[in-house]
Amino acid sequence: MSLKRTALYASHQKLGGKLIEFGGWEMPVQYTSIVDEHQCVRNAAGVFDICHMGEVRVSGAGAAAWLNSVLGNDIRKLAVGQGQYTHLCNERGGTVDDLYAYRIGETEFLLIINASRIEPDVAWFRSHLPAAGSVDLTFTDESAQTGAIAIQGPKVAEFINALFPGASLGGTAVTTASELKKNQIGAWKWNGETIWVARTGYTGEDGFEVVAPVAQIVDLWDKTLEAGRASGIKPSGLGARDTLRTEVCYPLYGHELDENTSPIEAGLGVFVSLDKGEFIGRSVLAAQKANGVTKKSVAFRMIGKAAPPRPGYPIWANDAVVGTVVSGTQSPSLNCGIGLGYVPPTLTEPGTTVEIEIRGRRFPAEIVKKPIYRKA
Amino acid sequence: MSSQVPADLRYAKSHEWVRLSGDVATVGITDHAQHELTDVVFVELPAVGRKVSAGEACAVVESVKTASDIYSPVSGEIIAVNKAVSDNPALVNSEPYAGGNFFQVKLSAPAEVDALLTPAAYSAQIGA
Repeated sequence: MSLKRTALYASHQKLGGKLIEFGGWEMPVQYTSIVDEHQCVRNAAGVFDICHMGEVRVSGAGAAAWLNSVLGNDIRKLAVGQGQYTHLCNERGGTVDDLYAYRIGETEFLLIINASRIEPDVAWFRSHLPAAGSVDLTFTDESAQTGAIAIQGPKVAEFINALFPGASLGGTAVTTASELKKNQIGAWKWNGETIWVARTGYTGEDGFEVVAPVAQIVDLWDKTLEAGRASGIKPSGLGARDTLRTEVCYPLYGHELDENTSPIEAGLGVFVSLDKGEFIGRSVLAAQKANGVTKKSVAFRMIGKAAPPRPGYPIWANDAVVGTVVSGTQSPSLNCGIGLGYVPPTLTEPGTTVEIEIRGRRFPAEIVKKPIYRKA
Repeated sequence: MSSQVPADLRYAKSHEWVRLSGDVATVGITDHAQHELTDVVFVELPAVGRKVSAGEACAVVESVKTASDIYSPVSGEIIAVNKAVSDNPALVNSEPYAGGNFFQVKLSAPAEVDALLTPAAYSAQIGA
């Protein structure tokens, strides 16, 4: 299968980006170094190509009720111009995808889904649509026509208003983009076209994600680098995106979540609204919450000198394999090995010592409270 | 990005270099390899006294993103390892041909060195 390329492919090449395969896409893993880009996002600003991610629009009078029957979080909590993190679950409570849902109009929703899950998600959504004509609802997969960039870091607020001048034209009403609060989304015009600017991200830093028609992406990217230059912005790759999200314990689909792992097991129960009414997977998730689970997501850090933990490494306790690492890396912020894994619920207490098997040898690690890294 | 390929070394296709001094070979990874890896955060070295065959994986270098095997380009016995590089893995990035070397091998088949790539051949391989 040939890899898909985003609108920014030529930009990445020009910037010296090192390209790798990710979720069927050819994406930059880094431009200069993962550590440099990581620190730049923690201390200043970085911009990421996230055009590979999917966008789905659901509109009509029946949109909210239908979304509430397939998604775990309660969409009715969203005022116009707000977004929430949520899950698409199967009947077994397993996770088809984790996503962001934005209410961009009274009866209009924008869903941002994972790149590797566009096809299964769209198929899942379509197979669960109400009978044609029975409900006022339009479902559109806009992934191919829509791109996105993430502008992340503590200094982004310095230049976001220069990049997107003036008041919002839709979504949350604000007079400047920097007035958007976490999880709020507003519309601006870019070369005459509507773009959506949301204060959210995947790095644990302040920042914005911008969703726009594909034809606007290169111009948006270039103008972002220009606007952020004085603040020290750098293009940042998927390598830094992964270390940043791992430090703050944000799940990555295919690692912390999959079709056999529920949001409850992943420790994301706060994003599941069990009492909002029926939705797919609800009874299994409710039983897991009431009766407990057999595996639970934990965060850990290596104690002493050890190689970085990697996905797939066995986790040991009391001389037996008790679980598996699902995400692991060297933390550029903490300068030690960190990871996320699944273990039995009895081993999840912070301070518990476990061992990570690395190339046939076991190294001690300590279960820690999430997030692993917290801003001082 | 142009990588350095010193003229006095021999090279393996898998991006290790060999510096010969009598019947002892010092082994490291090339400037090109460290550029590709970036941000080396961990180095695992072989035990002193271990016998290795040419092409055998005997050390590991880890960047933030991945773990990569290091292969001994020559056969023989590991007679010394560079502890400085396991204490400070960033040496692999900053001095790949000096302080960032990995280990020394006492050659058991010195003729193997002649079969390794010349600087010109390695430069051609990496397009330098």
